[in-house]
Amino acid sequence: MPQLDTDLSAVGAGLDALDAPSQEQRPSLRKRFLRTAVPPLIAFALLLGAWQALWALAFWPEYQLPSPGSVWAAVVEAVETGRAFEVLWTSVSRAVLGFLTAVVIATPLGLLIAKVRVVRAAIGSLLTGLQSLPSVAWVPAGILWFGATPSTIYFVVLMGSVPSIANGLVSGVDQIPPLLPRVGQALGAGRLAAARHILLPAALPGYLAGLKQGWAFSWRSLMAAEIIATSPQLGEGLGQYLHNGSALNDISMVIAAIFLILLVGVGIELLVFRPLERAVLRARGLTGAL
Amino acid sequence: MTATLENPTSLSDVDAAVTLSGVRKVFGHGPAGVVALDGVDLTVAPGEFVCLLGASGCGKSTLLNLVAGLDAPTSGRIELTTSRPAVMFQEAALMPWLTAARNVELPLRLAGVKRGARREKASELLSLVRLVDAGHKRPHELSGGMRQRVALARALASTLGSAEEGTPGLLLMDEPFAALDAITRDVLQAELVRVWRETSTAIVFVTHDVREAVRLGQRVVLLSSRPGRVVREWSTVDCDEPAVIDEITTHLREVISGHAAA
Repeated sequence: MPQLDTDLSAVGAGLDALDAPSQEQRPSLRKRFLRTAVPPLIAFALLLGAWQALWALAFWPEYQLPSPGSVWAAVVEAVETGRAFEVLWTSVSRAVLGFLTAVVIATPLGLLIAKVRVVRAAIGSLLTGLQSLPSVAWVPAGILWFGATPSTIYFVVLMGSVPSIANGLVSGVDQIPPLLPRVGQALGAGRLAAARHILLPAALPGYLAGLKQGWAFSWRSLMAAEIIATSPQLGEGLGQYLHNGSALNDISMVIAAIFLILLVGVGIELLVFRPLERAVLRARGLTGAL
Repeated sequence: MTATLENPTSLSDVDAAVTLSGVRKVFGHGPAGVVALDGVDLTVAPGEFVCLLGASGCGKSTLLNLVAGLDAPTSGRIELTTSRPAVMFQEAALMPWLTAARNVELPLRLAGVKRGARREKASELLSLVRLVDAGHKRPHELSGGMRQRVALARALASTLGSAEEGTPGLLLMDEPFAALDAITRDVLQAELVRVWRETSTAIVFVTHDVREAVRLGQRVVLLSSRPGRVVREWSTVDCDEPAVIDEITTHLREVISGHAAA
Protein backbone atom coordinates (compact mmCIF):
# COMPACT_ATOMS: atom_id res chain seq x y z
CA MET A 1 0.00 0.00 0.00
CA PRO A 2 1.76 3.16 -1.13
CA GLN A 3 -0.38 5.36 1.12
CA LEU A 4 0.82 3.53 4.22
CA ASP A 5 4.38 3.70 3.00
CA THR A 6 4.44 7.49 2.66
CA ASP A 7 2.82 7.75 6.08
CA LEU A 8 5.56 5.60 7.49
CA SER A 9 8.36 7.64 6.01
CA ALA A 10 6.74 10.80 7.39
CA VAL A 11 6.49 9.21 10.83
CA GLY A 12 10.10 8.09 10.57
CA ALA A 13 11.26 11.58 9.57
CA GLY A 14 9.24 13.07 12.43
CA LEU A 15 10.83 10.68 14.91
CA ASP A 16 14.29 11.52 13.59
CA ALA A 17 13.61 15.22 14.07
CA LEU A 18 12.22 14.71 17.57
CA ASP A 19 14.72 12.18 18.85
CA ALA A 20 18.00 13.44 17.42
CA PRO A 21 20.02 15.13 20.16
CA SER A 22 19.93 18.89 19.68
CA GLN A 23 23.16 20.48 18.61
CA GLU A 24 24.86 22.62 21.18
CA GLN A 25 25.76 26.07 19.99
CA ARG A 26 29.43 26.82 20.38
CA PRO A 27 29.90 30.06 22.26
CA SER A 28 31.35 33.02 20.36
CA LEU A 29 35.11 33.51 20.06
CA ARG A 30 35.07 36.42 22.49
CA LYS A 31 33.14 34.46 25.09
CA ARG A 32 35.48 31.50 24.75
CA PHE A 33 38.48 33.80 25.15
CA LEU A 34 36.95 35.34 28.27
CA ARG A 35 36.22 31.91 29.67
CA THR A 36 39.54 30.20 28.97
CA ALA A 37 42.25 32.87 28.78
CA VAL A 38 41.24 35.38 31.43
CA PRO A 39 41.26 33.16 34.58
CA PRO A 40 44.86 31.93 34.10
CA LEU A 41 46.01 35.49 33.28
CA ILE A 42 44.46 36.76 36.50
CA ALA A 43 46.06 33.92 38.47
CA PHE A 44 49.43 34.75 36.93
CA ALA A 45 49.05 38.44 37.74
CA LEU A 46 48.16 37.63 41.37
CA LEU A 47 51.21 35.39 41.63
CA LEU A 48 53.45 38.16 40.27
CA GLY A 49 51.92 40.64 42.71
CA ALA A 50 52.54 38.33 45.68
CA TRP A 51 56.11 37.77 44.53
CA GLN A 52 56.75 41.50 44.13
CA ALA A 53 55.25 42.15 47.59
CA LEU A 54 57.39 39.44 49.23
CA TRP A 55 60.49 40.81 47.55
CA ALA A 56 59.62 44.36 48.66
CA LEU A 57 59.24 43.17 52.27
CA ALA A 58 62.85 41.92 52.01
CA PHE A 59 62.33 38.83 54.16
CA TRP A 60 64.98 37.00 52.22
CA PRO A 61 68.26 38.35 50.87
CA GLU A 62 68.37 39.36 47.21
CA TYR A 63 70.52 36.36 46.23
CA GLN A 64 67.73 34.02 47.37
CA LEU A 65 64.65 35.89 46.20
CA PRO A 66 65.24 38.13 43.19
CA SER A 67 62.68 40.71 42.11
CA PRO A 68 60.39 39.81 39.21
CA GLY A 69 62.05 42.66 37.35
CA SER A 70 65.56 41.24 37.60
CA VAL A 71 64.37 37.80 36.45
CA TRP A 72 62.61 39.48 33.52
CA ALA A 73 65.86 41.31 32.77
CA ALA A 74 67.72 37.99 32.73
CA VAL A 75 65.17 36.56 30.31
CA VAL A 76 65.34 39.65 28.10
CA GLU A 77 69.13 39.52 28.11
CA ALA A 78 69.12 35.86 27.11
CA VAL A 79 66.64 36.61 24.35
CA GLU A 80 68.55 39.65 23.09
CA THR A 81 71.88 37.83 22.88
CA GLY A 82 70.15 34.98 21.09
CA ARG A 83 71.27 32.60 23.82
CA ALA A 84 67.70 31.81 24.80
CA PHE A 85 66.83 30.55 21.32
CA GLU A 86 69.97 28.43 21.08
CA VAL A 87 69.32 26.91 24.48
CA LEU A 88 65.62 26.38 23.76
CA TRP A 89 66.32 24.89 20.34
CA THR A 90 68.90 22.47 21.73
CA SER A 91 66.55 21.23 24.42
CA VAL A 92 63.28 21.26 22.50
CA SER A 93 64.77 19.49 19.49
CA ARG A 94 66.23 16.84 21.79
CA ALA A 95 62.93 16.40 23.60
CA VAL A 96 60.92 16.19 20.38
CA LEU A 97 63.32 13.72 18.77
CA GLY A 98 63.41 11.63 21.95
CA PHE A 99 59.63 11.77 22.26
CA LEU A 100 59.06 10.70 18.65
CA THR A 101 61.48 7.80 19.05
CA ALA A 102 59.64 6.83 22.23
CA VAL A 103 56.33 6.87 20.31
CA VAL A 104 57.78 4.56 17.67
CA ILE A 105 59.05 2.14 20.31
CA ALA A 106 56.15 2.35 22.75
CA THR A 107 53.24 1.94 20.31
CA PRO A 108 53.99 -1.63 19.15
CA LEU A 109 55.15 -2.45 22.68
CA GLY A 110 51.87 -1.23 24.15
CA LEU A 111 49.82 -3.16 21.57
CA LEU A 112 51.78 -6.33 22.35
CA ILE A 113 51.26 -5.94 26.08
CA ALA A 114 47.57 -5.18 25.63
CA LYS A 115 46.80 -8.04 23.26
CA VAL A 116 49.26 -10.85 24.09
CA ARG A 117 48.57 -12.35 27.47
CA VAL A 118 52.06 -13.82 28.00
CA VAL A 119 53.73 -10.51 27.25
CA ARG A 120 51.42 -8.70 29.65
CA ALA A 121 52.09 -11.22 32.40
CA ALA A 122 55.83 -11.01 31.75
CA ILE A 123 56.50 -7.28 31.52
CA GLY A 124 53.22 -5.49 32.29
CA SER A 125 54.01 -4.77 35.93
CA LEU A 126 57.66 -4.04 35.14
CA LEU A 127 56.53 -1.29 32.78
CA THR A 128 54.21 0.20 35.40
CA GLY A 129 57.10 0.02 37.87
CA LEU A 130 59.43 1.80 35.45
CA GLN A 131 56.88 4.58 35.23
CA SER A 132 57.29 5.34 38.92
CA LEU A 133 61.09 5.15 38.76
CA PRO A 134 62.46 8.70 38.54
CA SER A 135 64.37 8.85 35.29
CA VAL A 136 67.18 10.80 37.01
CA ALA A 137 68.13 7.43 38.42
CA TRP A 138 69.21 6.39 34.92
CA VAL A 139 71.63 9.30 34.47
CA PRO A 140 74.60 7.80 36.37
CA ALA A 141 74.14 4.46 34.59
CA GLY A 142 73.82 6.25 31.25
CA ILE A 143 77.04 8.20 31.83
CA LEU A 144 78.91 4.98 32.69
CA TRP A 145 77.53 3.22 29.60
CA PHE A 146 77.58 5.97 26.99
CA GLY A 147 79.79 8.67 28.53
CA ALA A 148 78.67 12.31 28.63
CA THR A 149 77.29 12.14 25.09
CA PRO A 150 73.89 12.83 23.54
CA SER A 151 73.28 9.05 23.70
CA THR A 152 73.04 9.31 27.48
CA ILE A 153 70.50 12.08 27.20
CA TYR A 154 68.36 10.20 24.69
CA PHE A 155 68.63 7.04 26.77
CA VAL A 156 67.28 8.85 29.83
CA VAL A 157 64.49 10.49 27.82
CA LEU A 158 63.42 7.12 26.38
CA MET A 159 63.45 5.42 29.78
CA GLY A 160 61.21 8.22 31.03
CA SER A 161 58.65 8.38 28.25
CA VAL A 162 58.34 4.88 26.76
CA PRO A 163 56.60 3.38 29.84
CA SER A 164 54.06 6.24 29.97
CA ILE A 165 53.13 6.00 26.32
CA ALA A 166 52.93 2.20 26.32
CA ASN A 167 50.88 2.19 29.53
CA GLY A 168 48.52 4.81 28.12
CA LEU A 169 47.93 2.66 25.05
CA VAL A 170 47.38 -0.43 27.21
CA SER A 171 44.75 1.29 29.33
CA GLY A 172 43.20 2.75 26.18
CA VAL A 173 42.87 -0.75 24.69
CA ASP A 174 41.58 -2.15 27.98
CA GLN A 175 38.79 0.41 28.03
CA ILE A 176 37.44 -0.42 24.56
CA PRO A 177 33.84 -1.69 24.85
CA PRO A 178 34.09 -5.44 24.05
CA LEU A 179 31.30 -5.15 21.50
CA LEU A 180 33.41 -3.08 19.08
CA PRO A 181 36.06 -5.74 18.35
CA ARG A 182 33.27 -8.28 17.97
CA VAL A 183 31.55 -6.03 15.45
CA GLY A 184 34.87 -5.68 13.66
CA GLN A 185 35.18 -9.46 13.48
CA ALA A 186 31.62 -9.75 12.20
CA LEU A 187 32.38 -7.15 9.54
CA GLY A 188 35.31 -9.23 8.36
CA ALA A 189 38.36 -7.60 9.96
CA GLY A 190 41.44 -9.78 10.30
CA ARG A 191 43.90 -9.31 13.17
CA LEU A 192 45.94 -6.59 11.51
CA ALA A 193 42.96 -4.80 9.97
CA ALA A 194 41.22 -4.91 13.35
CA ALA A 195 44.24 -3.30 15.01
CA ARG A 196 44.44 -0.61 12.33
CA HIS A 197 40.73 0.18 11.89
CA ILE A 198 39.22 -0.67 15.25
CA LEU A 199 41.64 -1.14 18.15
CA LEU A 200 43.87 1.88 17.57
CA PRO A 201 41.12 4.41 16.84
CA ALA A 202 38.99 3.06 19.68
CA ALA A 203 41.94 3.32 22.07
CA LEU A 204 42.85 6.81 20.84
CA PRO A 205 41.62 8.79 23.88
CA GLY A 206 43.67 6.63 26.27
CA TYR A 207 46.61 6.62 23.87
CA LEU A 208 46.49 10.39 23.63
CA ALA A 209 46.50 10.69 27.43
CA GLY A 210 49.56 8.42 27.40
CA LEU A 211 51.24 10.57 24.74
CA LYS A 212 50.59 13.69 26.79
CA GLN A 213 52.09 12.11 29.86
CA GLY A 214 54.90 10.68 27.76
CA TRP A 215 55.77 14.17 26.53
CA ALA A 216 55.76 15.51 30.09
CA PHE A 217 58.04 12.68 31.15
CA SER A 218 60.45 13.12 28.27
CA TRP A 219 60.70 16.86 28.96
CA ARG A 220 61.27 16.21 32.65
CA SER A 221 63.81 13.45 32.03
CA LEU A 222 65.62 15.64 29.54
CA MET A 223 65.94 18.44 32.09
CA ALA A 224 67.22 16.01 34.73
CA ALA A 225 69.76 14.59 32.29
CA GLU A 226 70.91 18.03 31.12
CA ILE A 227 71.31 19.36 34.66
CA ILE A 228 73.39 16.40 35.80
CA ALA A 229 75.30 15.48 32.66
CA THR A 230 77.17 18.57 31.51
CA SER A 231 80.06 18.50 29.11
CA PRO A 232 81.26 20.63 26.18
CA GLN A 233 80.29 17.73 23.93
CA LEU A 234 76.65 18.14 24.87
CA GLY A 235 76.26 21.81 24.00
CA GLU A 236 74.10 24.07 26.11
CA GLY A 237 70.46 23.10 26.66
CA LEU A 238 68.03 24.57 29.16
CA GLY A 239 69.27 22.20 31.83
CA GLN A 240 72.89 23.30 31.41
CA TYR A 241 71.75 26.93 31.39
CA LEU A 242 70.08 26.30 34.74
CA HIS A 243 73.15 24.46 36.00
CA ASN A 244 75.38 27.37 34.94
CA GLY A 245 73.11 29.85 36.72
CA SER A 246 73.45 27.82 39.88
CA ALA A 247 77.24 27.60 39.46
CA LEU A 248 77.42 31.38 39.06
CA ASN A 249 75.19 31.93 42.12
CA ASP A 250 72.93 33.93 39.82
CA ILE A 251 69.43 33.40 41.21
CA SER A 252 67.82 35.53 38.47
CA MET A 253 69.29 33.26 35.83
CA VAL A 254 68.13 30.16 37.74
CA ILE A 255 64.56 31.45 38.01
CA ALA A 256 64.65 32.58 34.38
CA ALA A 257 65.69 29.03 33.37
CA ILE A 258 62.87 27.51 35.42
CA PHE A 259 60.50 29.99 33.80
CA LEU A 260 61.66 28.93 30.33
CA ILE A 261 61.34 25.21 31.19
CA LEU A 262 57.80 25.83 32.41
CA LEU A 263 57.02 27.93 29.35
CA VAL A 264 57.95 25.09 26.99
CA GLY A 265 55.91 22.60 29.03
CA VAL A 266 52.81 24.79 29.06
CA GLY A 267 53.31 25.88 25.45
CA ILE A 268 53.47 22.35 24.04
CA GLU A 269 50.48 21.33 26.14
CA LEU A 270 48.42 24.30 24.93
CA LEU A 271 49.54 24.28 21.29
CA VAL A 272 49.74 20.56 20.58
CA PHE A 273 48.04 18.28 23.06
CA ARG A 274 45.06 20.35 24.19
CA PRO A 275 43.71 20.98 20.64
CA LEU A 276 44.37 17.34 19.65
CA GLU A 277 42.58 16.03 22.71
CA ARG A 278 39.68 18.42 22.16
CA ALA A 279 39.27 17.40 18.54
CA VAL A 280 39.34 13.69 19.39
CA LEU A 281 36.92 13.93 22.31
CA ARG A 282 34.54 16.32 20.57
CA ALA A 283 34.32 14.01 17.53
CA ARG A 284 33.14 11.25 19.87
CA GLY A 285 30.66 13.42 21.73
CA LEU A 286 32.74 13.32 24.94
CA THR A 287 32.48 17.03 25.67
CA GLY A 288 31.98 16.78 29.41
CA ALA A 289 35.56 17.68 30.31
CA LEU A 290 35.94 20.54 27.83
CA MET B 1 -5.16 -20.25 8.82
CA THR B 2 -2.34 -21.62 10.87
CA ALA B 3 0.01 -23.80 8.96
CA THR B 4 2.35 -25.80 11.10
CA LEU B 5 5.36 -27.34 9.46
CA GLU B 6 5.80 -30.79 10.91
CA ASN B 7 9.12 -31.41 9.23
CA PRO B 8 11.59 -28.60 9.88
CA THR B 9 13.90 -29.55 7.02
CA SER B 10 11.23 -29.86 4.38
CA LEU B 11 12.95 -27.32 2.14
CA SER B 12 15.41 -28.88 -0.24
CA ASP B 13 19.08 -28.49 0.67
CA VAL B 14 20.04 -27.19 -2.74
CA ASP B 15 17.79 -24.20 -2.34
CA ALA B 16 19.10 -23.07 1.04
CA ALA B 17 20.97 -20.01 2.20
CA VAL B 18 21.84 -21.62 5.52
CA THR B 19 21.65 -25.24 6.55
CA LEU B 20 22.26 -26.33 10.12
CA SER B 21 22.34 -30.05 10.79
CA GLY B 22 22.68 -31.55 14.24
CA VAL B 23 24.37 -28.47 15.62
CA ARG B 24 25.48 -28.84 19.22
CA LYS B 25 27.31 -26.30 21.31
CA VAL B 26 28.74 -26.95 24.76
CA PHE B 27 30.41 -24.24 26.82
CA GLY B 28 33.07 -25.53 29.17
CA HIS B 29 34.31 -29.10 29.50
CA GLY B 30 33.32 -32.31 31.26
CA PRO B 31 30.44 -32.46 33.74
CA ALA B 32 30.62 -28.70 34.39
CA GLY B 33 29.95 -27.99 30.69
CA VAL B 34 26.72 -26.22 29.80
CA VAL B 35 24.87 -27.50 26.75
CA ALA B 36 23.63 -24.36 25.02
CA LEU B 37 22.36 -25.98 21.83
CA ASP B 38 21.61 -29.60 21.12
CA GLY B 39 20.69 -31.20 17.82
CA VAL B 40 19.51 -28.06 16.08
CA ASP B 41 18.37 -28.61 12.50
CA LEU B 42 17.34 -25.52 10.60
CA THR B 43 17.20 -24.49 6.97
CA VAL B 44 16.77 -20.94 5.76
CA ALA B 45 15.89 -20.42 2.11
CA PRO B 46 17.52 -17.59 0.13
CA GLY B 47 15.60 -14.40 0.73
CA GLU B 48 13.57 -15.93 3.54
CA PHE B 49 12.75 -14.04 6.75
CA VAL B 50 12.96 -16.43 9.71
CA CYS B 51 12.37 -15.42 13.31
CA LEU B 52 13.99 -17.42 16.10
CA LEU B 53 11.86 -17.17 19.21
CA GLY B 54 12.65 -18.31 22.70
CA ALA B 55 12.99 -17.37 26.35
CA SER B 56 16.26 -16.40 27.96
CA GLY B 57 18.88 -19.12 27.88
CA CYS B 58 17.57 -20.81 24.76
CA GLY B 59 20.82 -20.20 22.97
CA LYS B 60 19.35 -17.84 20.35
CA SER B 61 22.37 -15.59 20.43
CA THR B 62 24.73 -18.57 20.52
CA LEU B 63 23.06 -19.94 17.41
CA LEU B 64 23.46 -16.61 15.66
CA ASN B 65 27.14 -16.40 16.62
CA LEU B 66 27.71 -19.86 15.20
CA VAL B 67 26.08 -18.95 11.89
CA ALA B 68 28.06 -15.70 11.82
CA GLY B 69 31.27 -17.65 12.29
CA LEU B 70 32.12 -15.77 15.47
CA ASP B 71 32.15 -19.08 17.31
CA ALA B 72 32.50 -22.74 16.26
CA PRO B 73 29.96 -25.51 17.01
CA THR B 74 31.03 -28.40 19.25
CA SER B 75 29.55 -30.79 16.72
CA GLY B 76 27.21 -30.70 13.74
CA ARG B 77 27.47 -28.82 10.48
CA ILE B 78 26.66 -25.32 9.33
CA GLU B 79 26.64 -24.63 5.60
CA LEU B 80 26.26 -21.22 4.02
CA THR B 81 25.68 -20.55 0.36
CA THR B 82 25.54 -16.80 0.87
CA SER B 83 28.16 -14.11 1.03
CA ARG B 84 29.62 -13.23 4.43
CA PRO B 85 26.74 -13.08 6.89
CA ALA B 86 26.18 -9.67 8.42
CA VAL B 87 25.36 -9.31 12.09
CA MET B 88 23.31 -6.69 13.85
CA PHE B 89 23.33 -6.54 17.63
CA GLN B 90 20.98 -5.12 20.23
CA GLU B 91 23.20 -2.07 20.40
CA ALA B 92 24.05 -0.26 17.21
CA ALA B 93 27.77 -0.50 18.14
CA LEU B 94 28.76 2.14 15.61
CA MET B 95 32.36 3.25 15.72
CA PRO B 96 32.08 6.52 17.67
CA TRP B 97 35.00 8.14 15.82
CA LEU B 98 33.48 7.66 12.37
CA THR B 99 30.61 9.51 10.73
CA ALA B 100 27.49 7.56 9.79
CA ALA B 101 28.66 7.28 6.17
CA ARG B 102 32.14 6.12 7.19
CA ASN B 103 30.60 3.52 9.48
CA VAL B 104 28.67 2.13 6.52
CA GLU B 105 31.86 2.21 4.46
CA LEU B 106 33.88 0.34 7.08
CA PRO B 107 33.04 -3.24 5.97
CA LEU B 108 33.70 -2.25 2.35
CA ARG B 109 37.02 -0.78 3.38
CA LEU B 110 37.91 -3.98 5.20
CA ALA B 111 37.00 -5.90 2.06
CA GLY B 112 39.36 -3.72 0.03
CA VAL B 113 36.76 -1.87 -2.03
CA LYS B 114 38.11 1.27 -3.73
CA ARG B 115 37.19 4.63 -2.28
CA GLY B 116 34.90 5.82 -5.07
CA ALA B 117 32.89 2.61 -5.18
CA ARG B 118 32.79 2.62 -1.40
CA ARG B 119 31.31 6.12 -1.22
CA GLU B 120 28.73 5.29 -3.85
CA LYS B 121 27.62 2.07 -2.19
CA ALA B 122 27.46 3.73 1.24
CA SER B 123 25.26 6.57 0.08
CA GLU B 124 23.06 4.06 -1.75
CA LEU B 125 22.60 2.08 1.45
CA LEU B 126 22.07 5.20 3.55
CA SER B 127 19.28 6.29 1.27
CA LEU B 128 17.83 2.79 1.55
CA VAL B 129 17.46 3.36 5.30
CA ARG B 130 16.37 7.00 4.68
CA LEU B 131 19.41 8.58 6.25
CA VAL B 132 21.04 10.12 3.22
CA ASP B 133 21.11 13.54 4.88
CA ALA B 134 22.67 12.25 8.08
CA GLY B 135 25.75 10.70 6.48
CA HIS B 136 28.10 13.38 7.82
CA LYS B 137 26.84 13.07 11.40
CA ARG B 138 28.64 11.24 14.18
CA PRO B 139 26.87 8.50 16.15
CA HIS B 140 26.41 10.72 19.20
CA GLU B 141 24.48 13.21 17.08
CA LEU B 142 21.91 10.58 16.05
CA SER B 143 18.90 9.19 17.90
CA GLY B 144 18.76 5.54 18.93
CA GLY B 145 16.52 4.61 16.01
CA MET B 146 18.76 6.42 13.52
CA ARG B 147 21.83 4.66 14.93
CA GLN B 148 20.14 1.30 14.53
CA ARG B 149 19.33 2.19 10.90
CA VAL B 150 22.96 3.11 10.27
CA ALA B 151 23.87 -0.25 11.80
CA LEU B 152 21.41 -1.90 9.40
CA ALA B 153 22.99 -0.12 6.44
CA ARG B 154 26.45 -1.16 7.67
CA ALA B 155 25.32 -4.77 8.07
CA LEU B 156 23.87 -4.72 4.55
CA ALA B 157 27.14 -3.28 3.28
CA SER B 158 29.06 -6.14 4.82
CA THR B 159 26.84 -8.80 3.30
CA LEU B 160 25.94 -7.23 -0.05
CA GLY B 161 28.69 -4.75 -0.76
CA SER B 162 31.69 -6.96 -0.27
CA ALA B 163 30.39 -9.91 -2.24
CA GLU B 164 30.32 -10.38 -5.99
CA GLU B 165 27.11 -9.33 -7.64
CA GLY B 166 24.43 -11.97 -7.53
CA THR B 167 25.49 -13.74 -4.34
CA PRO B 168 22.52 -13.70 -2.00
CA GLY B 169 23.02 -11.92 1.30
CA LEU B 170 22.35 -13.13 4.81
CA LEU B 171 21.51 -10.84 7.66
CA LEU B 172 21.64 -12.08 11.25
CA MET B 173 19.87 -9.88 13.77
CA ASP B 174 20.17 -10.34 17.51
CA GLU B 175 17.21 -8.53 19.12
CA PRO B 176 18.11 -5.38 17.23
CA PHE B 177 15.10 -3.36 18.37
CA ALA B 178 14.91 -4.51 21.98
CA ALA B 179 16.51 -1.35 23.36
CA LEU B 180 14.30 1.08 21.45
CA ASP B 181 11.11 2.79 22.56
CA ALA B 182 7.82 1.35 21.31
CA ILE B 183 7.10 3.99 18.63
CA THR B 184 10.57 3.80 17.15
CA ARG B 185 10.49 0.01 17.25
CA ASP B 186 7.20 0.00 15.37
CA VAL B 187 8.59 2.25 12.63
CA LEU B 188 11.84 0.31 12.38
CA GLN B 189 10.03 -3.02 12.07
CA ALA B 190 8.17 -1.66 9.08
CA GLU B 191 11.40 -0.21 7.67
CA LEU B 192 13.12 -3.56 8.05
CA VAL B 193 10.36 -5.35 6.14
CA ARG B 194 10.61 -2.73 3.39
CA VAL B 195 14.41 -3.07 3.19
CA TRP B 196 14.12 -6.85 3.17
CA ARG B 197 11.67 -6.70 0.23
CA GLU B 198 13.96 -4.33 -1.68
CA THR B 199 17.19 -6.27 -1.12
CA SER B 200 15.90 -9.87 -1.09
CA THR B 201 18.39 -10.71 1.65
CA ALA B 202 17.73 -13.73 3.83
CA ILE B 203 17.19 -12.65 7.43
CA VAL B 204 17.49 -14.64 10.64
CA PHE B 205 15.96 -12.51 13.35
CA VAL B 206 16.30 -13.41 17.02
CA THR B 207 13.70 -12.09 19.44
CA HIS B 208 11.79 -12.96 22.58
CA ASP B 209 8.78 -10.91 21.50
CA VAL B 210 6.08 -13.14 19.99
CA ARG B 211 4.26 -10.24 18.28
CA GLU B 212 7.46 -9.00 16.71
CA ALA B 213 8.30 -12.49 15.47
CA VAL B 214 4.87 -13.04 13.91
CA ARG B 215 4.71 -9.56 12.41
CA LEU B 216 8.14 -9.73 10.77
CA GLY B 217 8.88 -13.34 9.90
CA GLN B 218 7.59 -15.60 7.18
CA ARG B 219 8.37 -18.43 9.51
CA VAL B 220 8.67 -18.47 13.31
CA VAL B 221 10.91 -21.07 14.92
CA LEU B 222 10.37 -21.72 18.62
CA LEU B 223 13.44 -22.84 20.58
CA SER B 224 13.41 -24.57 23.94
CA SER B 225 15.76 -23.47 26.71
CA ARG B 226 18.79 -25.22 28.21
CA PRO B 227 19.60 -26.88 25.94
CA GLY B 228 18.21 -25.01 22.97
CA ARG B 229 16.34 -27.24 20.55
CA VAL B 230 13.87 -26.50 17.81
CA VAL B 231 10.48 -27.16 19.39
CA ARG B 232 8.14 -26.22 16.59
CA GLU B 233 7.76 -23.96 13.57
CA TRP B 234 4.92 -21.87 12.26
CA SER B 235 4.50 -20.37 8.86
CA THR B 236 3.10 -16.88 9.24
CA VAL B 237 2.47 -16.10 5.59
CA ASP B 238 -1.22 -15.22 5.10
CA CYS B 239 -2.06 -16.44 8.56
CA ASP B 240 -4.55 -15.22 11.13
CA GLU B 241 -2.09 -13.17 13.14
CA PRO B 242 -3.88 -12.94 16.52
CA ALA B 243 -4.59 -16.68 16.50
CA VAL B 244 -0.99 -17.59 15.70
CA ILE B 245 0.30 -15.17 18.33
CA ASP B 246 -1.95 -16.82 20.92
CA GLU B 247 -0.86 -20.27 19.89
CA ILE B 248 2.85 -19.46 19.94
CA THR B 249 2.51 -17.65 23.27
CA THR B 250 0.86 -20.73 24.76
CA HIS B 251 3.69 -22.91 23.51
CA LEU B 252 6.35 -20.49 24.73
CA ARG B 253 4.75 -20.48 28.19
CA GLU B 254 4.71 -24.28 28.22
CA VAL B 255 8.39 -24.35 27.36
CA ILE B 256 9.20 -21.86 30.12
CA SER B 257 7.04 -23.47 32.81
CA GLY B 258 8.73 -26.80 32.05
CA HIS B 259 11.79 -25.30 33.74
CA ALA B 260 9.98 -24.50 36.98
CA ALA B 261 9.50 -28.19 37.74
CA ALA B 262 13.07 -29.13 36.99
